[in-house]
Amino acid sequence: MSGAEAMAEAAIRAGCRFYFGYPITPQSELAEYLARELPKRGGVFLQAESEIAAINMVFGASVTGARAMTSSSSPGISLKQEAISYMAGCELPGVIVNVCRGGPGLGNIAPSEADYFQAVKGGGHGDYRNIVLAPSSVQEAADLSYLAFDISEKYRNPVMILCSAVIAQMVEPVEFMSPRRPEEVEKPWALTGAKGREPRVIKSLRLSEQELEEHNRHLQEKYATVKAKEVRYETRYLEDAELVIVAFGTSARIVSTAVETAREKGYKVGLLRPITLFPFPTHVIRKLAERVKKFMVFELSAGQMVEDVEIAAAGKAAVNFYGRMGGSVPSPEEDFEKIVDCYRG
Amino acid sequence: MYHDLIISGFGGQGILAVGRLLAHTAMLEEKYVTFLPSYGPIMRGGTANCTVVVSSKPIGSPIVRNPQSAIFMNAPSVVSFEERVKTEGLILYNSDLVDKADSKRTDVDKIFIPANTLAEEAGSGRVANMVLMGAFIEITQVVGMKSAVKCLKEVVSEKHIDLFQADQAALIKGSEFARCHTPARK
Repeated sequence: MSGAEAMAEAAIRAGCRFYFGYPITPQSELAEYLARELPKRGGVFLQAESEIAAINMVFGASVTGARAMTSSSSPGISLKQEAISYMAGCELPGVIVNVCRGGPGLGNIAPSEADYFQAVKGGGHGDYRNIVLAPSSVQEAADLSYLAFDISEKYRNPVMILCSAVIAQMVEPVEFMSPRRPEEVEKPWALTGAKGREPRVIKSLRLSEQELEEHNRHLQEKYATVKAKEVRYETRYLEDAELVIVAFGTSARIVSTAVETAREKGYKVGLLRPITLFPFPTHVIRKLAERVKKFMVFELSAGQMVEDVEIAAAGKAAVNFYGRMGGSVPSPEEDFEKIVDCYRG
Repeated sequence: MYHDLIISGFGGQGILAVGRLLAHTAMLEEKYVTFLPSYGPIMRGGTANCTVVVSSKPIGSPIVRNPQSAIFMNAPSVVSFEERVKTEGLILYNSDLVDKADSKRTDVDKIFIPANTLAEEAGSGRVANMVLMGAFIEITQVVGMKSAVKCLKEVVSEKHIDLFQADQAALIKGSEFARCHTPARK
């Protein structure tokens, strides 16, 4: 099964009953899968008139307490940013999949991970954060799709799954968790009709004095909790590593082969792969920076996550970078050469 | 065990279908496998390619610059990919659409297979992809021929179910051809 299909199937199993989207390569297979499967399994698939309409439909479904999802690719995700900011402001859950393509602009349909800044640093307006998950295999795409719905609801915050077309288009074996009903958790905020109870209000407009600052404080406390509790990452060969490679998603997948080659040839190289991009494994890098000489960050961008690695390393270890842009992808051999240069340099 | 392969040809030749067959068969045999298709506006007459990696261990990169093996179903594929195949690697050519003279490599094992002709004999000219895959499996033994035949039923789409018998016959024809013709560096 492809990564796009795996995310779609996992979403249904996680209790997603509403999908709204608008086609764009390289993620249309996700929507195609749900167009076929979701109506059969008690859900609603709707192809909206635009990306903006689709995310606002997610907003609408989410307001009622339903599990809802949309997906798109870079330029389409840019269009959705206003509503994502509104969702964060209203504290609404919702899952957004971004299968990045080469940019900026309409760019191309080749694999890229250059939407890191947009996903991790906000994207829309105001002081808000998305929780951002970055799968690096089809299995993980499925697992994180499942997880996205849970933590999105837990923190009442949009969750974005960020991946390149390699993850979405690649076919690998995948095992799914058994389907389950959407948890019957209390949602004391959901708008379900005010019969027999006080009306509830969901809004992001807060005009009275200091009301909005207070709300922002509450949001920041929530993000602090997310940072404390939800950091996920994978490590390889860190014990004696002198050089630690940091990469996520597709970059991590490619460079992992180069790391294996480096180890076979006796280079003390380790790998740290952030799975959550927000919250970022800052503390892990900070601790490593005290004992390793160098980090090297590999990205499918001009260098975005590298800034977070630099902040985490806080000048205690050198941070190097290698990236390919605009949909170009390095080979493991190319990454290996860069590792050796950095190791020796 | 580790093997990687690039399959390339015209859109419509079943490049992705035959890559999926190999991937599915490897999965059935409980091997690790990745299948990465070229995607986007591929249709009849365009170019299509895919990369399949099969391994007994977890697979790192699904993207392969220099594959151990390649299957070229048309002439443009030779131009695009031939020089990328690893030294001492293996290339299977569809000699009905590729001129031997266009092949420049002398440091890889090469086998020229009249895949369209054999496909016609198997029942349909449209199953040349299966002829080449049959030969690939026979030569490399990356997966078992028996499981590939078994897998065929799961992989062939409903749209092409009418070709199922021909697909099966073509796989076997390809493997028989490879048994009688050893790949060589020429």
